[in-house]
Amino acid sequence: MEDVISVKNLVKKFGSFTAVDNISFTVKKGEIFSFLGPNGAGKTTTIKMLTTLLRPTSGEMRINGFSPVKQTDGARHSFGIVFQDPSLDDELTAYENMEFHAVLYGVKKELRAKRITSLLKLVELWNRRDEQVKTFSGGMKRRLEIARGLIHHPKILFLDEPTLGLDPQTRNFLWGYIKEMNKKEKMTVFLTTHYMEEADKISDKIAIIDKGKIMQIGTPDEIKKQTSSVSLEEAFLKLTGRNIREESAGSLDHLRMRRRLWGGGRR
Amino acid sequence: MNSPVYIMWLRQLKRYWRSKPRIVGSLAQPLLFLVALGFGFGPIFQKAGGGNYIEFLAPGIIAMSILFTAMFNGIEIIWDRQFGFLKETLVAPISRFKIMIGRTLGGATVALIQGFIVFILSIFVGFRPTNVPMILLSFVFMFLIAIIFTAFGTAIASRLSDMQGFQLIMNFIIMPLFFLSGALFPLDNLPSALSLVIKMNPLSYGVDGIRASLTGVTHLGILVDLSVMIVIALVITFIGSYLFSKMEI
Repeated sequence: MEDVISVKNLVKKFGSFTAVDNISFTVKKGEIFSFLGPNGAGKTTTIKMLTTLLRPTSGEMRINGFSPVKQTDGARHSFGIVFQDPSLDDELTAYENMEFHAVLYGVKKELRAKRITSLLKLVELWNRRDEQVKTFSGGMKRRLEIARGLIHHPKILFLDEPTLGLDPQTRNFLWGYIKEMNKKEKMTVFLTTHYMEEADKISDKIAIIDKGKIMQIGTPDEIKKQTSSVSLEEAFLKLTGRNIREESAGSLDHLRMRRRLWGGGRR
Repeated sequence: MNSPVYIMWLRQLKRYWRSKPRIVGSLAQPLLFLVALGFGFGPIFQKAGGGNYIEFLAPGIIAMSILFTAMFNGIEIIWDRQFGFLKETLVAPISRFKIMIGRTLGGATVALIQGFIVFILSIFVGFRPTNVPMILLSFVFMFLIAIIFTAFGTAIASRLSDMQGFQLIMNFIIMPLFFLSGALFPLDNLPSALSLVIKMNPLSYGVDGIRASLTGVTHLGILVDLSVMIVIALVITFIGSYLFSKMEI
């Protein structure tokens, strides 16, 4: 199988802080690849670089054959993404959010309605299609975002902590659906999560990253064997230590609080 | 229509139309200015030989409402950025220039609608445009003000990471732009320093242009107004697109 994502000696520095420290890995077509690591390990930074949002300090990347730095359009057509934070427009309806995305990705008008309809039905939001997204629960927003990420039939789906804060029912539904898409469409899935059992169950391959470096890479069984652990969680703790990582509250946290104060707790 | 520019434009309009409290709120201020200042200073203005103050003030207040709405619409990009929606547009396979243009046109259209509503309100307060066919030309000026300040707001916002700086923008940019534009007082016989500052303020030309087309009174000359506004609109849109294209999440 060909490599659909390849990363070589990738580095990202923010001032004197090195967020991603010389990592290399490849993901094969049709694989489900999990990126695991404690908070601040560099997972999201790596995803941002792969998805053209950040420019790397140095290193090589290829995504579906395109360079996310130089061939941004080709790269952008190749993937769909569900971000860690919600990225829907609250004031628009579910259908409008889908349509907006379809237009931005140049999905032809004849195809648009058909795809949006079938995807919204699939994630069980068809009945709520004309309601504004601000009335949706966290789980519904997530489902909508996943549906949205699939409208343009991407080769690769990036999921940055897609099940964070969701109930077991919704998580189960999402993983089932992602697995099915992966099998049926041969769609490559690149995900990050903090739920070790989920990663263990769903992934073909796992990379454990800490402080910007890849500590271990392999199938879930290989990783457990190499660290002589019974569970992935144990392997993870052995590789990354038991210290709790502290992340400073960024401007986003402040802003969330202000918006809560102003907006009467809409989000 | 299915172009990205159009869908960005449409989104701004939908957001505007759906936030009714915001529409009402943003009309209260211009109305207050018109009534309080218009009737409050009216007698003195008249005594000083300036004529009807409402006639003088209304174009300034129309410009003010466009300025505020346009700047807010531009700066709103910080919300989009912090709450993720901007990421969704930035990973899409379209150029940042198109995103910026669509957004700016949308924001400017909203500001123009707002200006039009204030224009109607001012007629109720007693404003009477002297030259009816020229009303069309005043819309051109309104639209140019709207474009310039939406793009300006976007340019500022693409350099800011959160709303902390918003108060600064309000007090050090938006308010001075408004007060030092000749929206409230005639530009004759001003101290030369103040006069210079006013001539460097793009809004002055917009206010003068609207006033010239609606009431026939001009200080800077309507052709000067028009050319200055067009040049600034082009330059600021260019700068805004450049800064926006350099934005990282």
